[in-house]
Order: sequence, then structure tokens, then C-alpha cells
Amino acid sequence: MRYVIIGNGAAGATAAQTIRQNDATGEIIILTAEPYPMYSRPGLAYVLINEVPPEQIMARTLDWYEEWGINLVLGKAEGIDVQRQTVWLADGRSLTYDRLLIATGARATPPPYPGAVLDGVVYLDTLEGTEHLVQKARRARRAVVIGGGITALELTEGLAHRGVETHYFLRRDRLWSQVFNNEEAALLEKKMKAHHVHIHYHTEAEEILGDRKGRVRAVRLTDGSEFKCDLVGVAIGVQPLIDVVANSPIATDRAILVNERLETNVPHVYAAGDCAQVYDRWTQKHLLDILWPSAVAEGNAAGLNIVGQPYAYEKGSPFNACLLFGLHITTMGQINPRRDEAADEPQILQHISRGSSEVWYTYPRPYRSAWSAENDNTIRLVISGDYLVGALVIGEQSLTDSLRYLIEHEVNISSMVEELSAGGPRLRRRLMQFWQSILPEPTHV
Amino acid sequence: MGLLNALIRRKKEPELEKMVQLGRVVADASRCVQCGICGYNCPVGIPVRDYARQGLPVSDASCISCGNCVNVCPRGTLRWETQAHVIVMDRFAAQMGAIARGD
Repeated sequence: MRYVIIGNGAAGATAAQTIRQNDATGEIIILTAEPYPMYSRPGLAYVLINEVPPEQIMARTLDWYEEWGINLVLGKAEGIDVQRQTVWLADGRSLTYDRLLIATGARATPPPYPGAVLDGVVYLDTLEGTEHLVQKARRARRAVVIGGGITALELTEGLAHRGVETHYFLRRDRLWSQVFNNEEAALLEKKMKAHHVHIHYHTEAEEILGDRKGRVRAVRLTDGSEFKCDLVGVAIGVQPLIDVVANSPIATDRAILVNERLETNVPHVYAAGDCAQVYDRWTQKHLLDILWPSAVAEGNAAGLNIVGQPYAYEKGSPFNACLLFGLHITTMGQINPRRDEAADEPQILQHISRGSSEVWYTYPRPYRSAWSAENDNTIRLVISGDYLVGALVIGEQSLTDSLRYLIEHEVNISSMVEELSAGGPRLRRRLMQFWQSILPEPTHV
Repeated sequence: MGLLNALIRRKKEPELEKMVQLGRVVADASRCVQCGICGYNCPVGIPVRDYARQGLPVSDASCISCGNCVNVCPRGTLRWETQAHVIVMDRFAAQMGAIARGD
């Protein structure tokens, strides 16, 4: 049996390992377009901010591939002939397969206006791109960052940290308006300013301008003015990399469509990770879920199905943790309703994501929220009926695991709902008391 | 584990309090993005990431319990767990199980 995996990221490498755990003798080939062992893409932000050197984010060694009997092949897949079960490479080579997993991932979306190809337009999506960005930051004087999600803020923090005068453009008047409330946004903005980031409200670029040598010299704003800069960091979302299936019968929408077993519409061909749009039985839709832990889980599920162990992938409860400008920010479950929805429509709840994820479920029940803020520590709870359905915790994180437990195990919290809804400094204490009350009295240790 | 620590102190069980002294680093694999900051900051060079991504406790004999890896993790993957935590969580799981069964 020959297994071919296109892509050496979280999904691809995880799938390879799962396959080997279940098939000691089959031939496993990972085709990668990047000349490294598998590395941590979220770790790129920490390379940019200089927390770790680039070699440290390699999550596997070349020895690991040898140890697991996985053949890592450098080359770019260009097309798939599903009749002949063959993958064509850009250099003319070809590989036949018995089972194929497409795990090509995603790349940053370029700006939708002129100037995207100029030297000085940078992204935080590959190791090569990040090393290029670090080089550029050494000589850059002034950078503009465009984008509304975590990656844009990581770019902003990294550039500011490297001594570049960094300007963050906000289309409206508030950070992360789909997720944060006013206080949460103000807290993060305060931290950004303390890190010498210049925040521009109601500011939007419509063109990136270059000099005669094709280097960025400014951005043109929607009000017609020019804003001088020599670097433009772009993080406005990601695009699944699905060129390889373009001239094949493999079905796609925004990404490659797969069922709960990660199977495409073509026999023996699977997809997982950022390039896959996975059927979700709760929403009855195919969802994009551009998060590292999801890619690992999908890779594992694909691996099991590929070796003939039927396994239906089920998306976990939304959860994300990040560290921005020294603030730990954790989001769990459902945070905000979309305010512009008509009242009788189901509320679509938003989630902090890296650009293009769709991890929220429609949630028709009424909800209310509870809020506590002390110094730089905030807790926001979203409660529906007798249950906690979401939480956003900034700063001190000692309650996070407990909140996650209450959400994921759907623990009935009716005994404290009223008190929690009052919010304020007692909220933290009340949660501790509740936790204590559900622990049984000690008998003997 | 901050919350559990507080609860264990509040319960005033001397045996549990003693057990807080000794412990090990454990990992929540669902939070790990394999960035390697943990191992990079380990003074004795333990490949902490290899434990963390598999959700295994850092059971390396050379661990000096300094807590660096716990502190530097940007995703809250790692935490310090003691025998007291294990006992309290076991009780807790039993209690939650009873609630779920409607006992």
C-alpha cells in the first residue's frame, strides 16, 4: 500500500504518524514544497517577535521522519490524475498512490487593491516569508499593518518589537469589534500604545504605492491622502491552497469538500487541515476551520479513515488562547451575537479566528452576559438559560480551565446565574465558591 | 491550576497542602501549537514540546521543576500539577459523574 500526502504541516505530518501507527509496512510519502521538516506555523509570530530562533519552531527533526519510516520528498504537486491515481509534480516527476491525502494548507490573502506585488508587502504565513519580513524590518523605518484579526495584531506587535515605527489601521473605531466589548478593546489598545504602536481609527488603505525600483513608498488612503511607509504588513484572512485539484473532478467550494470521514467525492482521495471544508453534522454545512489544533485533529481523523478505521470527525467546542502585547486572551464557546441581525433570525455568533474560520454554531436561545473587570484582568461570561455557553478571559487566567469545563460539560449553573449576572468583583469569588461547592467534602486522602 | 490551588488551601486539608509541594508539569495537547518556546527556555534542555503535543506529563528525570516552560507558554498549554490536584480532580470527576447520572 502506498500512501501519498501532499503537504507537511500540522494535518499532513499528523496523518502520516497516525497511518504508521496502524500500518507498519505501508509506504508513506509526504510531498512538501518547503525545504524544512514540519514547523509550527503559529510559531512564526514568536520568531517575528524574537522569542525563539527560526530553527526552534521546527516541530519535527529529519530523524523523526526516518524513525517513523516516512519518506519526505521535496517537490511541488501540480495536478492529480484520479483515474491513474497519480500526482504530477511541477518538475515533471509523478507519484502513483493507493490512498491520497491533500493537506496543502492555506496562505495569506493578498490585498484586493493595486500594489500587492511591491517589494515591502509582507505576510506572516510561511517560514520563508517570515525570515524575509525579519530582514526587511531591520532596515524599515515605518510600517503599516492592515487586517482585523489575531495575525494582524501579531504582525503589529512583532514589527513594533523590532524597532519599526508601526501604524495599525482600523477600518472603524474599535479593535476586534465582532468579539470585544468596549472595555476589552480599550484594554488591548492601551497595551498597544504602551508598546509604541500608533493606532489609526476610521482609516483604510485603497492602494499601495511603489517607487521606481518597485519598493513600497506609501499607501493611499480612502480619503485620497498618502501615508508614507516602507513596509506593509497584510493579514486580512487566508485562502486555502487548492490549485492542485483545479483540473480534477475533486469537488471544491471555498476549499476541498470532504465528509466527516475527510473523504472527497473521489474514491481514495482525502483532504484535511486548512485546505479542507469539513462537513459538520450540527450545522449541516461544510465549514472552514483555520486553526492549528483543528488541523491536527483532522489529520489524525483522516489517517484513521485512510487505514480503514472508520472515524467520524467532530469539531470540538470553539476555543482559542493567545498572547498579545503581554495580555493573555482566551475565548471559549460563544462570545457575541451579530448585532445587525434581525431579531427573529437565528443569532450567528462570532469567534476570534485567524481570518477565515467558521467555527460558530447558530444559537437561537436568548442569552445574557456577566462582566467583571479589575485592573488589566477581565472576565466576560455568556449565559443562556441555566448554562454557561461562552467566556472571554483577559489577563489572569486561573479560572479559564474551570470555565472551559463548565461550558464543554454543560454543567447546570442555575444556583449562581442571578449572582453572576450582577457581575463586578464578586463574579470571580462566586465562581470559586461554585467550583468549591461541586467538589465533594473530603473523607480521607 | 490557580483556582484549584486556592480551593485546596481553603479546604484546609493538611495532607492535600503537603502534596502541593511535589509535582510535575502536565500538558493540554488541545492548546499546543508546537512552537517550541517551552523547550527553548528549559535550562536543562528537555524537549518539552514533544511531551506537550502528545499531552503527556514531562516525565524527564532531569527536570528541576523550575516552571520556566509553564511561564513562557503563550497558549497556556502547560501547568504544574501535584498529587493534591490529581486527588481533587478525581473527586470532582466522581461528583460530576453522579450529577450526570442523577444520583
